[in-house]
Amino acid sequence: MSSTVVVQKSKIDPKFFTLLIACASIFMMFAGLTSAYVVRQAGGNWLEFTLPDSFTYSTIIIIISSVFLHFSYFSFNKGKEASYKIFLVVAFIMGLFFLVLQYYGWTQMENMGIMFNGNPSGSFVYVISAVHAAHVLGGIGALAMAMIHALSLDFFVNDKRRNRLKITVTYWHFVDILWIYLFLFFNVQR
Amino acid sequence: MSNISQIDQEKLIHEDGFNDHFHEHHDGDKYQMGFLTKYIFSMDHKMIAKQFLITGMVWAVIGALMSLVFRLQLGFPESDMAWLRPILGQWIVVNDAGVGTLSTEFYYALVTMHGTILVFFVLTAGLSGTFSNLLIPLQIGARDMASPFLNMLSYWFFFLAGIIMFISLFLSTGPFSGGWTAYPPLSLLPQASDGSKAGMTLWSISMVFFVVSVLLGGINYVTTVLNLRTKGMSMWRLPLTVWSFLITAIVGILSFPVLAAAFFLVICDRSLGTSFYLSEIFIGGQALDHVGGSAILYQHLFWFLGHPEVYIIILPTMGIVSEILSISSRKPIFGYKAMVMSLSAISFLSFIVWAHHMFMSGMNPFITNFFVIFTLIIAVPSAVKVFNWISTLYKGNIRFNSASLFAIGYVSLFISGGLTGIFLGNSTIDIQLHDTYFVVAHFHLVMGVAAFFGMFAGIYHWFPKMFGRFMNETVGKIHFWGTLIGAYMIFWPQHYLGIAGVPRRYYSFENFDAFSHFGTMNKVITIAAFFTFFLQVLFLINFFYSMYRGRKVTNPNPWGANTLEWTTPINPGHGNWDGNLPVVHRWPYDYSKDGEDHIPQIIPIQPGETVVHQ
Ligand code: HEM
Ligand SMILES: [Cu+2]
Repeated sequence: MSSTVVVQKSKIDPKFFTLLIACASIFMMFAGLTSAYVVRQAGGNWLEFTLPDSFTYSTIIIIISSVFLHFSYFSFNKGKEASYKIFLVVAFIMGLFFLVLQYYGWTQMENMGIMFNGNPSGSFVYVISAVHAAHVLGGIGALAMAMIHALSLDFFVNDKRRNRLKITVTYWHFVDILWIYLFLFFNVQR
Repeated sequence: MSNISQIDQEKLIHEDGFNDHFHEHHDGDKYQMGFLTKYIFSMDHKMIAKQFLITGMVWAVIGALMSLVFRLQLGFPESDMAWLRPILGQWIVVNDAGVGTLSTEFYYALVTMHGTILVFFVLTAGLSGTFSNLLIPLQIGARDMASPFLNMLSYWFFFLAGIIMFISLFLSTGPFSGGWTAYPPLSLLPQASDGSKAGMTLWSISMVFFVVSVLLGGINYVTTVLNLRTKGMSMWRLPLTVWSFLITAIVGILSFPVLAAAFFLVICDRSLGTSFYLSEIFIGGQALDHVGGSAILYQHLFWFLGHPEVYIIILPTMGIVSEILSISSRKPIFGYKAMVMSLSAISFLSFIVWAHHMFMSGMNPFITNFFVIFTLIIAVPSAVKVFNWISTLYKGNIRFNSASLFAIGYVSLFISGGLTGIFLGNSTIDIQLHDTYFVVAHFHLVMGVAAFFGMFAGIYHWFPKMFGRFMNETVGKIHFWGTLIGAYMIFWPQHYLGIAGVPRRYYSFENFDAFSHFGTMNKVITIAAFFTFFLQVLFLINFFYSMYRGRKVTNPNPWGANTLEWTTPINPGHGNWDGNLPVVHRWPYDYSKDGEDHIPQIIPIQPGETVVHQ
């Protein structure tokens, strides 16, 4: 259903702006979770362990996925149909791969004896990375939509499509940066 | 300058307005054709505002009735409550002699639900949801919200949260009963209390949906204010209502996600066996499996939202009251920019004072000092606001109608309740006052009753815009005076109870000799509560009667106000303005200027006019 026709005063698209505010809001949730981690850690009785190496690989994968997605966006703007589609699909597959690696990371933690319901130091890593993964899942959904559009519609560039792609790309970069933050946080706050 | 009241607004907007080609797109109107899309799944901001208002009113009645039941227990502990059995069923325990008493479990459930419902469903959703939705597009000159669809979702998430909470009232183990703040470990352990069984599960799910609703709404409000203002509507020409809604939404967007985080961890602890908040606890002689959690951690997370939340409640009413006081004293608001600055300062400070709710949690006294200082600093911007309201009224040509009376009453309540905040903000005095009726008196005056007064002022003032009719003024004035007296009668004595150390949330004081002489005072409070409730019934009758039978609005600008909502047709359709959008030429507070009673924002600056404000 088409939404209301609204006057647009500023140059920034309202939908894109909405996304930016939503990202700020999501970030606050993770800021809350990571501060809880710090506060709880300061309380003592804190089990120390090294993060599973799967998380390191997943970090690399999601960064590369973001880079590819940006290539796709560039190609779209330049009207290069083939590379737009290819990079989009590659980014999507790497996104899925990220989730697989996260899952593998959780099993690695379990094998190390760090249980979900064990010492809070482990529970925090499980919960925070799982909530993050849920947001990545949302991004995967958006990428899937973008891919369906890319592969099923005739290729041409217009403002509406560019905007839609830009929103998807920005959200994906956001969850990527969010994970980098979390990864660094987990490694520094030992 | 020609006489403003003679100006044909419609003609002016037609000539001077801004054509956005709205009426060439017909898809705008399409979605309002059937009953379902017009009244139920509406995406029109005006209809969504009404949905929030009516839903909020339903919840207000439920929440108020609950308070009457527990007030009955507190005022008349020995009375027979068997007559309530048909409504409350098993929660009234009837003994062999046929005398009914309120079950203690249910007393706690009532107190908890009353707090949850009033704080979140009525004064957050019902208030911001109603006025932000109604006024943001109308006052900034927009056709609708940035995303009408998200706006609709925001309402329906609120509705869903409400349904889940409502269902929890009928559980055999009762609704959640651990207080609206849901502190662990009580809230996490089903063994600890009946309310912490299924009641708490539904409570936490409902609250997560509620957070989603607030966020969807807030994101939309911010986007709309920042992106969809009409031509000429610079930020410094926004009415204070819109400023307050904008700042409220920003505070919500930054604080509610933290509450969601706190609740995720609650849900994990309850259902998945983690120990974020649960430490080594013995309950019923049994040691729990949990190790190493911290109950205080929850308090930090909760109050990091909780304190901003109380400002989320009060800020919109500050905007509403500023607007109504200026209109009804026929004077520009005193210190417009100072009003915006103090709103911002209050909001900023509200993020760094949360631990004043935790002075007694065993916090390090050095850290406490930090929170004491910032808490007391909040008094400064609050005082700026009060000073400006009073200066606006000073030497004004005041029109005393229901809306302005409630706005003036608001200022009184805000002062009375705000002053006691300064007592509580001193950690040493708080040792005596924490968790007593003094706190109850403080926050009911400054937040509960004041916010209701702001809301009533807004309803009386914008009722003509919502329904094209007026509410009855005589009934409105009775409503005002009765409620003012009643509310003070309920909450003023509670300060004395609190200073004497009477703890809040207790079922009965019969076993405390120290408090036995407060029996009469508690009776008076309960009678005042019934009296005040009766006046709200009067308000409800007035509201619904006037919706259908009230005096019809014939002048599109009945209050002689300057803001844009009064330039729309009396019953604005979808898209708000029939033809062009109005263009703004001045700030909204040109009252009694250059010999004119008022100069609406759409009137261009006249030759020779003194421009005091851009
Ligand atoms: C001058 C400004 C204010 C100061 C210094 C202040 C200070 C305080 C303090 C220290 C407490 C904790 C008392 C205790 O539990 O022992 C408190 C409780 C509370 N305040 Fe305020 N306050 C102020 C204004 C407000 C405003 C404007 C609102 C709402 C609109 C508000 C709402 C509340 C609520 C709801 C509680 C009680 C929460 C609970 O424990 O259930 N306060 N206030
Ligand atoms: Cu507070």
